[in-house]
Amino acid sequence: MVEYRIDRRSGVATYVQIVQQTKQALRLGLLEPGDRLPTAREVVEATAINPNTVLKAYRELEREGLVEARRGLGTFVRKSLGTTPADSPLRAELDAWADRAREAGLEREDVAALFTAVLDEHFRDDHREGDEV
Amino acid sequence: MTGTAMEAAALGRRFGRRGDGDWALRDCTFRLPAGSVCAVVGPNGAGKSTLLAHAAGLLRPTEGTVTVLGTTPGAARARLAYIAQDKPLYPQLSITETLRLGHELNPGRWDGAVAERIVAEGDLDPHARVGSLSGGQRTRVALALALGKRPELLLLDEPMADLDPLARHQLMGALMADAAENGTTVVMSSHVIAELEDACDHVLLIGDGRVRLEGPLDDLLAAHVLVTGRDGDLDPHTVVESRTTGRQHTALIRPNGPLDESWQTTEPTLEELVLAHLRSPDAPVLTLTREDEAEEAAA
Repeated sequence: MVEYRIDRRSGVATYVQIVQQTKQALRLGLLEPGDRLPTAREVVEATAINPNTVLKAYRELEREGLVEARRGLGTFVRKSLGTTPADSPLRAELDAWADRAREAGLEREDVAALFTAVLDEHFRDDHREGDEV
Repeated sequence: MTGTAMEAAALGRRFGRRGDGDWALRDCTFRLPAGSVCAVVGPNGAGKSTLLAHAAGLLRPTEGTVTVLGTTPGAARARLAYIAQDKPLYPQLSITETLRLGHELNPGRWDGAVAERIVAEGDLDPHARVGSLSGGQRTRVALALALGKRPELLLLDEPMADLDPLARHQLMGALMADAAENGTTVVMSSHVIAELEDACDHVLLIGDGRVRLEGPLDDLLAAHVLVTGRDGDLDPHTVVESRTTGRQHTALIRPNGPLDESWQTTEPTLEELVLAHLRSPDAPVLTLTREDEAEEAAA
């Protein structure tokens, strides 16, 4: 199960935040195929957002083939995303890199800017994915 | 969702001893689809409370009509719940007795489990007298009573005003859960627009007793653009508000056709949209729920 965190000041539409956080959970292996997403009722009770916002996000995830709605049962994950579980070697390398950046005296914003610049260079055609960090 | 939860046609209300006072509401025409969560916003004295009291059947229109759940407010009373701004409850009753009253007065509808859960979330002593509760605690009991009734239409006048942040979040969550599960139509007035933005999907802006803006939230936001740029011509677009600072020109507009590329554009937030309209009382009315009404209003 996944818990959504809505940031009202991020400027990102609420339903997009739910889509992004679901994808993030899929990438990190926190959600796996067969898992059930929380019901709209559960999400709105915890976040106090409009139920239609949740349904819109789930429809978008369904349209992208990531989840499927089963009538009367809920919305279930169909496939996972990416190959970077939370404990993968890639994450460990990034972790070590962030350590070195910090030792080199870089501020959080410097690191974020650097990372985004490299990301943009390598994923030039895929801005939406880049935005989702 | 299909159907109409609430509809007003040329609704007007005038106060004063012989009905010769000022108009509190004038010429209000709108339609609210069933299942909406509607924010009623507007400045103090705009007519929000008067409108809600008409929908609850507590005030009689001076002119025009208001229809709720397909019938008159009086005939729909069993299916709607209304919480007035001052949250009237019987102070000498305990919380348990108040909920029992809800049970007895709503035979066949009452859901005690829902009401008790809302009270329990607030850590309230069920034997405490209502008169001994704080304002925010009374609001919680009033909402428990209203939701326990399992209404099809819930009318709330400034429900969140005296709640602490946690209670606000919990109770808004409870309202949204009820809307998700039962398709309850929720109409709530508030001054705090930012907190409504995530909860509502429909907006009714009232100013000076009249409907200024009305429609689904997404459509209203999409119909407006915030533009900034060097001073320039904004024809043929409808300008709601516009400001010039030095060479920079900022405006909230309703675009008619493509925008000149020299303008930087962003979609406004609900708060920006409402504030711009409040600062510009002469901006044209926009109602989006029905095309024909929008044309009438523009004429």
